[in-house]
Amino acid sequence: MTSGETKRPRVALFVTCLVDLMRPSVGFAAVRLLQAAGCEVGVPAAQTCCGQPAYNGGDRSSAKKLAAQTIAACEGFDYVVAPSGSCAAMLKLHYPRLFAGDTKQEPRARAFAERVYELTSFLVDVRGLASVPGAFAGRVACHDGCSGLRELGIARQPRALLASVEGLELVDLGEAQSCCGFGGLFSVKYPDISNAIAARKTAAIADAAPSLVVSGELGCLLHLAGKLKRDGSAIACRHIAEVLAGETSAPPIARTGRGSAS
Amino acid sequence: MKRASASFADNATAALADAHLQRALAEMPRGFAAARARAKERLPEFDALRRIGRDIKDHALSHLDLYLEAFERNAERAGTCVHWAATADDACDIVLEICRETGARLVTKSKSMVSEEIGLAARLRAAALEVVETDLGEYLIQIRGERPSHLIAPAIHLTADDIAADFRRCHRHLPQGRDLSSPEALVAEARGVLRDKFLSSDVGITGANFLVAATGSAIIVTNEGNADLTLSLPKVHIVLATIEKVVPTLPDAWTLLRLLARSGTGQDLTAYTTLVTGPRRAQDSDGPAACHVILLDNGRSEILATNMREVLRCIRCGACMNHCPVYCAVGGHAYESVYAGPIGAVLTPALAGAPETRELAQASTFCGRCESVCPVEIPLVTLLRRWRERSFAEETFVQRALLQTWARLALHPRAYHLVARFGAALLGRLARARGAFSRLPLAGRWTRHRDLPAPQGPTFQHLWARRSEPR
Repeated sequence: MTSGETKRPRVALFVTCLVDLMRPSVGFAAVRLLQAAGCEVGVPAAQTCCGQPAYNGGDRSSAKKLAAQTIAACEGFDYVVAPSGSCAAMLKLHYPRLFAGDTKQEPRARAFAERVYELTSFLVDVRGLASVPGAFAGRVACHDGCSGLRELGIARQPRALLASVEGLELVDLGEAQSCCGFGGLFSVKYPDISNAIAARKTAAIADAAPSLVVSGELGCLLHLAGKLKRDGSAIACRHIAEVLAGETSAPPIARTGRGSAS
Repeated sequence: MKRASASFADNATAALADAHLQRALAEMPRGFAAARARAKERLPEFDALRRIGRDIKDHALSHLDLYLEAFERNAERAGTCVHWAATADDACDIVLEICRETGARLVTKSKSMVSEEIGLAARLRAAALEVVETDLGEYLIQIRGERPSHLIAPAIHLTADDIAADFRRCHRHLPQGRDLSSPEALVAEARGVLRDKFLSSDVGITGANFLVAATGSAIIVTNEGNADLTLSLPKVHIVLATIEKVVPTLPDAWTLLRLLARSGTGQDLTAYTTLVTGPRRAQDSDGPAACHVILLDNGRSEILATNMREVLRCIRCGACMNHCPVYCAVGGHAYESVYAGPIGAVLTPALAGAPETRELAQASTFCGRCESVCPVEIPLVTLLRRWRERSFAEETFVQRALLQTWARLALHPRAYHLVARFGAALLGRLARARGAFSRLPLAGRWTRHRDLPAPQGPTFQHLWARRSEPR
């Protein structure tokens, strides 16, 4: 879709701290997808965390410092793309709010925010990507992370991309609008409630009977994969980027062994 | 079930273990959510209406003094006696004084969250008055000695079997062998018991969903018609309303009424919508001889001056509760406050001022579904976050130090990447054989219910740096 005459846009991958720490295969899958969409990808070394745990924990001052660091780290790129709806929403919606009223920082945060996208919405809405490298044989359910869904309105884009994956059968999840109970630090501050909410989600997953659950939100996936595994379910979890990019050589989340499917 | 020192987390754990409560919660709040979705479907302009509703409330709140004075003028012109109450005690005193003047012995009430907020029933009983709740749900919790667990469905935590057992216990004048197996039988029995109370009541107390400044009217909605009997049969009608209930005009109230029932129960309108404008007039065939409106502040004017003021837009529909994963999991009583759910977590610390009530703001996944369904677009997540910001400074040293230490590390990318690299490598190696931890020191609050997925091993940043190194 990018023809030779237009310059390839330079995209900073904001890899997110969870992907960096827990599942680098998602980062490489995101790079592959961005390249497939005709982008030149860079990974700013000075990025760490978007600051969401501090922001939602009430530590506004730390959140502001991390926001400033992220904005500076991503200077010089045409776009900033994150394989996470909640981190993208933090960068896109909450950074400007953090600096509201600051005559120097607020315009900078706003200009930055305009360049920020969640991965699947960037691929579909900005790059018009119609087909992806991945292939997958099996029933797949897509879980919407709450921030991506409600703050950025992302639901159609991941499904459009999944529909283009060869061999993949997309199944609907019941209660698609409802939270999985992760909620960042909520999951350890209120483990019993978090677990009860997760149980409803995994029941909806069991009803849909997919072989694989995908999501654009690694936090939700760590939570759901851990719950499914504890409950003895065979249903696997992967980040959506892995399936779209065909990067499924690593075992699914919380599982072992080789295996492209589940 | 109430322990004064219990925290929300403890209450929640107990609620989750209560199989009976869980059965009751399985149906109702989510049933309301589904009904709301259908009602919204039937009204394509619903979201546009929400923005208009928000603007109406914001406008009224910005000129609250003006509209309250206009309400007072117009209500008095219609023969209503308007009282101003600064505190809960003031409001209770005014009600007691009216009851005393009337020589009242029996007081009937329709549903009013404000009366719960100020503990009115207890004050009236202490003055030897008989008080009867006439909303079915409120009547049930009254005979059980509980507090409402939901804004619009106060007895949502009960099952039909609970209700039958309570009726047999409390309605001893009725035959013991009667059939109470159907909802219809339960409703019929309540109707019969309450009918006698309506007819012999001396003073009827209602809340108000809206006060209309332009006409001096109070608008009261119910599905049971109990407010109409409460306000029209006794000699005296008292409307108890907080000051943020005032809206400028009748069309403003209609707009908000179009939002209220759809958001709460999924009905287009409640079964009864009643406008009260003064007592019985000469040409009226019935109605109370006197009508009083008590305008209660109880902390609202202070909230108005803070960054929590949007909470005063609330029209008490209950949609935020019906869509809240936390509320739906544990029910309303775990909050130990008059107002539960997301709106309660914002409003309770604002009204009570007690720092320990701020814990409620922590008990949210920030999924944002509450604000996405709020009929007046209250930014509930933002307001909850503001409470967390206020709590942060007061958190225990350990919690604050942990978050700040992590943030300090994250502000030094080189050190951060090094620590991440070694941490991920260590955990990855420890769990390689299983892919996840079923137990891990310091992670017990995660692994109590869920396995902790293991990291793949190397960090992305490390792999990326090695990959891009020139060969």
